[in-house]
Amino acid sequence: MTINKVNTHIVPIEFEYHAPGSLDEAVGLLERYGEEAQILAGGTDLIPQMKQRKAEPKHVVNIKRIPGLACIEETPDGFRIGALAKLRAVELSPQIKEKIPLLSEAAQSIGSVQIRNLGTIGGNICNASPSADMATPLLVLDATVHIYGRDGAKTCSIAEFFQGGGDINLGRGEFVTGFTVPFPPVGAGSAFEKVGWTTFDIATVNVAAVVTLKGGKIDHCSIALGACSPAPVRGVLAEAALIGKEPSAEALEEAVEFIAACVEPRERWRRAPPEYRRRSSKALAMDALSRAIERARRFP
Amino acid sequence: MMEIEITINGRKRRFDVEPNKLLLNLVRDDLHLTGTKYGCGIGECGACTVHLDGEAVLSCMVLAVDADGRTVDTIEGVADVNNLDPVQEAYIEEGAIQCGFCTPGFVMTTKALLAENPDPSEAEIREYLKGNYCRCTGYVNIVRAVQSAARKLGS
Repeated sequence: MTINKVNTHIVPIEFEYHAPGSLDEAVGLLERYGEEAQILAGGTDLIPQMKQRKAEPKHVVNIKRIPGLACIEETPDGFRIGALAKLRAVELSPQIKEKIPLLSEAAQSIGSVQIRNLGTIGGNICNASPSADMATPLLVLDATVHIYGRDGAKTCSIAEFFQGGGDINLGRGEFVTGFTVPFPPVGAGSAFEKVGWTTFDIATVNVAAVVTLKGGKIDHCSIALGACSPAPVRGVLAEAALIGKEPSAEALEEAVEFIAACVEPRERWRRAPPEYRRRSSKALAMDALSRAIERARRFP
Repeated sequence: MMEIEITINGRKRRFDVEPNKLLLNLVRDDLHLTGTKYGCGIGECGACTVHLDGEAVLSCMVLAVDADGRTVDTIEGVADVNNLDPVQEAYIEEGAIQCGFCTPGFVMTTKALLAENPDPSEAEIREYLKGNYCRCTGYVNIVRAVQSAARKLGS
């Protein structure tokens, strides 16, 4: 642990603080300062990084004064969730709990109440950590990322958004304003599984799965794995192995064998060695798929 | 320096702060409200819990400038010396305090819990207080204190 070698009592770096009141004002600041600027949303990642001098921005751009970015709105196709929606709001939203329980389950797994009252869904995704807990649910649900920049608003699929190694698909001056999360298919069962050092630590491995059944066979299956590769990934080989099959124990055993081929854990990652991540991603994939199937079976 | 205005424990106050000043240090060093504690500084222990616009947050993870125009409540605003809050009474009565360092954070989180959920189960209490560490009591008496506070507030 290196963390106690630094003084976390203060933020030791000096920076200029900006609190833009509109999207365009924010884009202007981000374009002008480029690499020297960091966006401040919830602060639960940025502030500890600045305390440890892992982030040393010359300009901090607090986007929380921009109106309308914290919305959670139900639309005919799914939810529009603003980048600044608090993790706690995603967790507690009665509509999300009812229509996309997977999101609420994943949000609830993050940190403590105090952390979730600060942290935002946009921050969780844009910090580009391979272990981001909101990333796997957004991946299995094929969410869309809304981005704002000099040329106005644009969108990008969540799968294209993660580029691995802490990189995300944003150009100079661009930032994420929100997500569109489609409803899971009718009758879908979903599950989120996670293992960490403690129940409130960052995930060592996390898995999200969505399954639907038709005539006793798996009709739709999507599974995503976090903290197992440089970016959160879909377990495409396992998905393909399950679609059209009866959800038997053997079929699941066979499918999760493909999980190890979908992940690329790195030696230098701190929380666990690669072999641990390979094995636990397989085990968690099994748990998530079994629970998702069980929930899908409850659908009449 | 930036000028900010925060409503702290019900009083509007103006401050000149550097952008890198943490809300925790504004509360402790400038206002001398030392009930709020610095524990770990990385969001694990909950000793610095205050209410920001009524929600329990970690003041070691919030910039003071970010609290501009908002409401901050600390343990000092909970009650006066002669008239303790039912949550504070319950912590004392149940022996949920030993060294006391974590107590202000626990009381602030407990108040947020009981405001949201007046009759929490033991599992709900433990889940909600997960972000507050106590190294003395072993939590059993803390859970009892929260249950007792819920009864006091409910009756």
